[in-house]
Amino acid sequence: MNARYLPYLLILPVTLFLCLFFLYPFILVAQQAFSVDGGWSLKNFEDVIGYWKFPISFQNTMLLAAAVVPVQLALALLMATMVNRMKKGRDLILYVWTIPLGISDLAAGIIWLAIFEQSGFLNSMMQAVGAIDRPTNFLSYQNPGIVFLAIALAEIWRATAIMLVILVAGIGLIPKEYYEAAEVFGASPWKRFTRVTLPLLRPSLQTALVLRVILAFEIFAVVAALGGTLFPVLMGETYAYQFDLLNNGAAAAMALIILAISIAFTLIIMRALRVPKGATI
Amino acid sequence: MNAQTQSSGRFLYTASVILLCAWVIVPLYFLLINTLSSPDTVNSFPKSFVPEFDLGSLQFFAGFAGMLTALKNSILVAGMTMIMSILIGAPAGYALSRFDFPGKGLFRLLILLTRAFPLPLLALPLAVMFIRTGLDDTVFGLALVHTTLAIPFSVLITFSLFSGIPLELEEAAWTLGCTRLTAFTKVVLPLILPGITASAIFAFVISWNEVFAAAVLTIENRTLTAFLLQNLDTSPLHLKFAGGFILVVPALIFIFAVRKYLFAMWGIANR
Amino acid sequence: MTHRFKLAGAAALALTMGASVAQADVLFWSTQAKPVEEAQAMREQVLGNFSDKVDYQPNDGGPWLTRLQAELQAGSGTIGVLGALHGDFSAMDPENLVDLSDLGVMSSSDTFNNLAKLGTDDAQYIPWMQASYIMAANKKALEHLPEGADIDALTYEQLIAWAANVHEATGEAKFGFPAGPKGLKHRFFQGYLYPSYTNGVVRTFASDAAVTAWEDFRKLWAHTNPASTNFSFLQEQLLSEDVWIAFDHTSRLAQAFNERPDDFVAFPAPAGPTGRGFMPVIAGVAIPKTAPDMDAAKALVAHMLKPETQIATLKATNFFPVVDVALPDDLPPAVQAAGGAVAKMSGAADANPGLLPAGLGSKGGDFNRVFVDAFERIVLANQDIRTVLDDQKGALEAIMNETGAPCWAPDAPSEGACPVE
Repeated sequence: MNARYLPYLLILPVTLFLCLFFLYPFILVAQQAFSVDGGWSLKNFEDVIGYWKFPISFQNTMLLAAAVVPVQLALALLMATMVNRMKKGRDLILYVWTIPLGISDLAAGIIWLAIFEQSGFLNSMMQAVGAIDRPTNFLSYQNPGIVFLAIALAEIWRATAIMLVILVAGIGLIPKEYYEAAEVFGASPWKRFTRVTLPLLRPSLQTALVLRVILAFEIFAVVAALGGTLFPVLMGETYAYQFDLLNNGAAAAMALIILAISIAFTLIIMRALRVPKGATI
Repeated sequence: MNAQTQSSGRFLYTASVILLCAWVIVPLYFLLINTLSSPDTVNSFPKSFVPEFDLGSLQFFAGFAGMLTALKNSILVAGMTMIMSILIGAPAGYALSRFDFPGKGLFRLLILLTRAFPLPLLALPLAVMFIRTGLDDTVFGLALVHTTLAIPFSVLITFSLFSGIPLELEEAAWTLGCTRLTAFTKVVLPLILPGITASAIFAFVISWNEVFAAAVLTIENRTLTAFLLQNLDTSPLHLKFAGGFILVVPALIFIFAVRKYLFAMWGIANR
Repeated sequence: MTHRFKLAGAAALALTMGASVAQADVLFWSTQAKPVEEAQAMREQVLGNFSDKVDYQPNDGGPWLTRLQAELQAGSGTIGVLGALHGDFSAMDPENLVDLSDLGVMSSSDTFNNLAKLGTDDAQYIPWMQASYIMAANKKALEHLPEGADIDALTYEQLIAWAANVHEATGEAKFGFPAGPKGLKHRFFQGYLYPSYTNGVVRTFASDAAVTAWEDFRKLWAHTNPASTNFSFLQEQLLSEDVWIAFDHTSRLAQAFNERPDDFVAFPAPAGPTGRGFMPVIAGVAIPKTAPDMDAAKALVAHMLKPETQIATLKATNFFPVVDVALPDDLPPAVQAAGGAVAKMSGAADANPGLLPAGLGSKGGDFNRVFVDAFERIVLANQDIRTVLDDQKGALEAIMNETGAPCWAPDAPSEGACPVE
């Protein structure tokens, strides 16, 4: 088989599939963003950006991603290296840590609301140990900081496992000899981590980060459950345009803005963690 | 001195493992408590930290007509999604890692775009297309949409795994008389099977938890999420928790069932 | 022998007929009766005795609309009957709904029947059931009622004083308001606060009386549970006792009364300077033009309006009948409580009933957003009331001019688009 055509042959199924089930509907929807009353126009974009809630929801989405993703990355790396060193019970521990993978954002919202609400588990716990006399209202407009913290915690709980699984699989591919060699030269565990694990893990790190960041910009259900109306985010505004205001053009414009942000960050991450060609180890 | 740091390090290590496990499990334990509580207890304060084993809420769902069919549909859709996303995605992941070809950057971007655009907006044109082509209200049709959601994961995960396998390994196999294909199946494939399992888990879970497309594209063949979850937020508290529990458990069982494949190849990977 | 043969043939025929009927289940695509037990009750008690099999599917607004739009665009569909709120139907193009005037069923309220024409000459949907918004309180709160206040004839001033008393006595703000993402807060402003303070909604949006209304609402908010921005169904907070006094949709309070009927009371919404404003909620049934089996769909619509179906619906969903029926005695506690409160509210001497927004078409959502934005800016962001109202007024004017919707009660009638004064 001619090697020049091989890659195209390999990507053909995906391309065809995505053209049919993603690109075709996507183009139809994207068109709506640029048309007002049948003509080409940027009015939809002006409208959604000019709306008073846009800057707040943009800021909230960004802040949340900035707070959540680095913590998740650090946590996932920590967990992955810990699992890697484990001799006994690796299976079970890894299973426990990947559990949140199976939990939808809606279910996660239900669970964390039960913890943070006024008559919830956190208040019950604090009362049981005598830290408080009466239940406090964590999720109120008076404590925007706590609302933010609650959302961030729930997100970290729910979505760290995605990165963990990718990183664990990646670490598994790093040959043991490298660690043994590093040990012979007297490298400390930290040195081994920064000099061996991190560089060799780059492809997996890149994937995990890109996927996680893209999903972070689309955060919605957990925020709606815990933040209520206090914490508008971009995706929530998109759905409001589509289903409450029945303004498909504006919703499409919002979605395209989110898409543009995602692409920008993807390119940054891909550049920063470029995988050397051939990936020679 | 050294022994002391080692043992305190050991202690720190064990403690963090336990702490991280608790971090994952405790919220789920709360869900379990609420699921096994009577409506009165669910609303009471302070909450008890021991479940009272009231099965009322779960029994309500057990008597819910159509529950088993919906469960079957969910499993079917998720299974199809899993198989399709890997069969279609893995070759592309291999191509991305091994070849430099014109259009590669664009292709990668297309893959990522797929995940960066909200499905609820795409559902309308998709549904129109499905109604016109007869794919509407079929398990297969819904699996196609879920595959679209899962493909970025399967392509990118397999890509990063292939990239982690030295090309020399394959080249060595070629010099030993393997063709490109046999080198792939005999040398590369075993190495990346755990990763493939990982992307299979993603595909399954994505499909299992997806609500919107399922609600729009299935009528008689509703999946469990479309049937149950989309109305949970308007339901009374005790049913909300029980319904959430019912949705969480099968996904946990699935991950538990495949977890050993995630590690089956561990020995080989750590040559 | 032949006799037996005939029997077998008839049996076979019946069987195949049964099969074909099962295949042609009428799909009832609804945004109402969504909670799992309500949906179950709809299937078993309300639709169980209909001649055909009915597939009752309640949905969130998003999927409901997306599926419907897709079927209309594709030109063929599976949905037989639509169940939704007046607002959902008025956002649709009447062309896409089958005219139902010749069906021979309608509600007993001319007002409702007129609304259901959606500005055309024919009924586009048939009113199906109705509800309203009321107040509910934990009986523990009653001892804190301000002196001389009659719970069945409260004023906003007394309500604020009451909420303040409870706040002081318990140390917690225990008024509850559905300000969550799915809460129906906009209806409170459109149908309760504005009519009670300004005797209007659109005309008086930015009037001085409106400023007073918002000032008073801010006072009430000071005694409102600060987690209200997460509340969408106040029955939950009433039951958990995070809230003692609440305003919400009758069906969103129902669970509290049904679970602990002795612990709660229902009572009318308060009155302001211009009367006791309140508004109805109307849900209707309609048939999309793409319905696969028109006759079965029409039969189902007619079935929904039968007196016995209406009573079964009341028991299943806590929505009241729209036809004249004698209500039985064995109604659930929530229905009795809500029914009493609504009767007192509409029978009050100072009653100032409002109507649902009409003629707004697909701008209904934008209209709601004007009020929600005003709330978020004035109450949550603490911006200056006058500035916000003058600012939001522009958005409201644009909507009214674009749709040309005439005024509805309690606003004085207008020629052409309802003006914002």
